[in-house]
Amino acid sequence: MLPSRFEYHRPDSLEEALQLLSQHGDEAKVLAGGQSLIPVMKLRLATPAHLVDIGRLGLEAISESDGRLTVGALARHRDLERSDVLKARYPVMAAAAPLISDPIVRNLGTIGGSLCHADPAGDWGSVMLALDASVVLRSARGEREVAMPEFLVDTFTTALEPDEILTEVRIPQAAGPSGGTYLKLERKVGDFATVAAAVHLSLSNGTIERAGIALTAVGPKNLRPTDAEASLAGAEPTEAAFAEAGRLAAEASSPVSDLRGSIDYKRHVVDVYVRRGLATALEMARAA
Amino acid sequence: MQITVKVNGADRSADVEPRLLLAHLIREEFGLTGTHVGCDTTSCGACTVLLDGQPVKSCTMFGVQADGREVTTVEGLLQDGQLHPIQAAFKQEHGLQCGFCTPGMMLTGSALLADNPSPTDDEVRWAISGNICRCTGYMNIVKAIQAAGRDTAAKASEGAEASVGS
Repeated sequence: MLPSRFEYHRPDSLEEALQLLSQHGDEAKVLAGGQSLIPVMKLRLATPAHLVDIGRLGLEAISESDGRLTVGALARHRDLERSDVLKARYPVMAAAAPLISDPIVRNLGTIGGSLCHADPAGDWGSVMLALDASVVLRSARGEREVAMPEFLVDTFTTALEPDEILTEVRIPQAAGPSGGTYLKLERKVGDFATVAAAVHLSLSNGTIERAGIALTAVGPKNLRPTDAEASLAGAEPTEAAFAEAGRLAAEASSPVSDLRGSIDYKRHVVDVYVRRGLATALEMARAA
Repeated sequence: MQITVKVNGADRSADVEPRLLLAHLIREEFGLTGTHVGCDTTSCGACTVLLDGQPVKSCTMFGVQADGREVTTVEGLLQDGQLHPIQAAFKQEHGLQCGFCTPGMMLTGSALLADNPSPTDDEVRWAISGNICRCTGYMNIVKAIQAAGRDTAAKASEGAEASVGS
């Protein structure tokens, strides 16, 4: 399969990349790791006239300061999978990274590219929703920070303007004892999720301070079941509360029936994964 | 676009269309047909090559992205006319049947061993989970990768003893 013709640009700086984007507008696409863009170009679902390859602009640092984690847009899934900072303090991310596609794809695919692709079956979108993260969008006009719920607009659609580049992801560090995980059901390594759930829980004096829940592949985009989250805020972390949250999350999901499973089956998996994820998160928070 | 890629240790230049995939650059421009194109959809791993030492699927990368970088294909495993330990082990342990997935399997295996010279069964299976084999059932592929790790370690300790003895 051969993509349609395009002009290839490999800018030496972010400024130069932003100039190219403001010049070419929606005729241009940004190429990072290419693990989503190149497949859609090969299928000619995307036929950009210009490709701006930002793959060598750095932007891959993972660092922690001022109570938050900052991840450069070009951090590879592999880097995140191997990060000790993530293993120590960001368990939802640490759990999700090794479940993304397969090990070879993770060597090239980037967190920024994955978020900008906004596939409802993508994993990072759910993780970032559950963690209350935001993204930094740069253009020649300036910079803005956008919270994940506003960034993820619809299927394959984000708040990113054609002249903008996502440069970093910002993840707040939980204040109190916290825990979390990412549970993903897939038919085989490398397949898209049948269903996945990102769950984060932080405690304050033994009660739930904040629950972050987000669902993968059961709606037009990564979904945040806000009723389920609200039912947990300030509540005692009991099995009954988790069961109610699972039920509410399943209700909020809107899966389609396809070769990976029926609507009822997927809803059931949402219920089970949310309950199971909350129990794991609680255990981790109590051990913290 | 004029590009130069270090392929198996030697600089190779070509004038290519930006849309040319790395797999086709390697096969058609450089004539190295050991890199196989299987699914062409980032699933099977038959087209795996090493980019600066890391396995990548060459059907899902443009040749121009490899400009100025190092690519190792299966042809680059051979060392001074001798089989690389992973090639010798695949032969010894019958780690292949039809051979189509083998170049990718061996390259992924060699990258794993560079990181982890004595991987467990699970670690090998995890590492090759992006490479699909439809013949072997993987048993002998796992054995071959582990055997290559042991052979490399044994040769290294023989070498160390020899240099102590001299």
